[in-house]
Amino acid sequence: MLNYILRRLLYSIPVVAGVMLITFLLFNVLQKPEAAAALNLGAKASAQAKQEWIHNRGLDEPMPVQFVKHLGRLATFQFEPSWRTGRDMREVFAKHAGPSLLITLPGFVCGLIAAVGLALYQVFVRNSLLDRSMTLAAVALMSVPAMVYIIFGQAVIALALNYFPAFGFDMQGLGTARFLVLPVLVMVLVNLGHDARLYRAIFLEEVGQDYVRTALAKGVASTRVLGVHVLKNGLIALITLTVAHLPALVMGSLLIENFFGIPGLGNVLFIAIQTSDQPVVLASVYLGSLLYIAGLILTDLLYALADPRIRLS
Amino acid sequence: MPLASLPLAAAGSGFFTSLNDFLNRWWVQDFIVVFGFGLVFVLLRAGSRNERWQRAWERLKRDRTGLIALAVICLYLAIGGLEALQIPSSGGGRRSVLDLVVGGIPSEKTYSAPLANTLLTEIPPKPLNGRHLLGTDALGKDVFVQTLKACRTALIIGGLTSAIYIPLGALLGIIAGYFRRWADDLIQYIYSTLASIPSILLLVAILMILGKGLGTMSFALGITGWVGLCRLIRGETMRQNERAYVAAARALGQSHWRIVTRHLLPNVMHLVLINFVLGFSGIILSEAILSYLSVGSPVGTPSWGSMIDGGRSELSRDPLIWWNLSAATVALFGLVLSLNLLGDSLRRAFDPKRG
Repeated sequence: MLNYILRRLLYSIPVVAGVMLITFLLFNVLQKPEAAAALNLGAKASAQAKQEWIHNRGLDEPMPVQFVKHLGRLATFQFEPSWRTGRDMREVFAKHAGPSLLITLPGFVCGLIAAVGLALYQVFVRNSLLDRSMTLAAVALMSVPAMVYIIFGQAVIALALNYFPAFGFDMQGLGTARFLVLPVLVMVLVNLGHDARLYRAIFLEEVGQDYVRTALAKGVASTRVLGVHVLKNGLIALITLTVAHLPALVMGSLLIENFFGIPGLGNVLFIAIQTSDQPVVLASVYLGSLLYIAGLILTDLLYALADPRIRLS
Repeated sequence: MPLASLPLAAAGSGFFTSLNDFLNRWWVQDFIVVFGFGLVFVLLRAGSRNERWQRAWERLKRDRTGLIALAVICLYLAIGGLEALQIPSSGGGRRSVLDLVVGGIPSEKTYSAPLANTLLTEIPPKPLNGRHLLGTDALGKDVFVQTLKACRTALIIGGLTSAIYIPLGALLGIIAGYFRRWADDLIQYIYSTLASIPSILLLVAILMILGKGLGTMSFALGITGWVGLCRLIRGETMRQNERAYVAAARALGQSHWRIVTRHLLPNVMHLVLINFVLGFSGIILSEAILSYLSVGSPVGTPSWGSMIDGGRSELSRDPLIWWNLSAATVALFGLVLSLNLLGDSLRRAFDPKRG
């Protein structure tokens, strides 16, 4: 087991290096050092000040040297401070990961429960008119752009009915929940159609298996077969689909955080992209790809734990 | 949005401007439209010789939902195609064939409500130049006509993006699944690296380097969008590779090229078709998100994404302006829903076991 994890980690090093190379190149093509200096110091800054700014950040060195130094820093988690705010990236991550998780974790759990529940119910009434109309509704849910959910949520539920604040965030204990309801609701709705359809297909596959027929023949109630036997076996297939997303929850949802003014990591990345704040983007992408790879490894481990027939080698 | 004021190192560099100029000529665009429709037709004709496709078509003909969805998609295609076909107009500019049909609708000065007689904000009330089924937008253009015109944008982005990502994904997937070994390792490395980068970051970065435009947007979406298809085709190719017919072809001494094009490709083509239909809807939804990030369709090109994005601020106005947002949402919803439903029907038709 340990052997397997170590080998997977070794394999992921070239992938992370590739990610860093692509993002590094993208930003160096996108933005010349002079332009970056002008953007951060203001257009009126003297040529000497700009030169100094560039020199202090090592941007006047040849690109390969910069890249190697950059990789070295990342390997030891020594991130460059933000160009725009001068804040230390570790402090930024520590501060903004919380609000992201407050949205994405409830959103993920509620979404999973809702989608699995719907899917199981659909399998229970499979091939009926109700099942078909629910599938149609799921397709309709996924055909609405995420922006429309957000716009209607803000305009109708928040501004017109005044149930929840439309925008903003405040850490104030239980009161924070008021700010979370709408974003979480939107996140659940955006993913519900797609997930419910996917899980329905998974459970439907399980229902066709022999063990279901055996259980039914033995006289086990069909609700129990569905809620215990099928759910348990379907979960194994579900793990591969959902666990990989779990670490990505830390990074938040770019769009939802930005629309609702939640100061999470997704919003930090969004603003950094728009202001060309290179260190923030590079550090976020680095963290994101690490989490993504961690998610894949975690999936394999859980897969083996859930199904004893699977051996890791 | 501060994006527009950023210093873009390579925006509008020589090669891309001259390429854009060339692509902007009306006869070049007409040629691309006719060529695109022709290509889809030829591919479907080629597919219809395949026995699996014939059986699927027989099944699809009995699927009412699928047929309705197909009819709706054809309607959108026809409207988008008419708007994309351009002819020089007498004034030196050019107009689309669709303009000829709806050209009689006059424009106003600014907003007017659906079927209203007067402008929305003007006091004393000013009479309108004509009736507008869905009102007019901020520039006084008829919203219904703008919504129809936006079909062209959706069609162009969907078509160009598919023309990039489908050959790329299908080819790399088949190569990885057929040759295995180092080719498989390399292709897997490339796509896991791409998949590890947040796709929005990649899209925005590419669009900032290449500049805004329908072509560059399709390029960016295509470059980031092939991973899913490649994975799918790779897996299916590996499965087909185990089948007796591939072993037989190999035993007969057929070349790799012939095995791939004559045996493997026709047997994974149905997955490409399903992916094309479902992917098209994803691309249209992505355009809406890119509009919000202000790297969407260029200003002046009617698109559902930019209409929805504009609708955000219009909803907080008094009196409320809802028709722009609603028209774009309904039009986009209709097309995406039909594509999703047709995609599902195709999947059922090709694989009756799983339906």
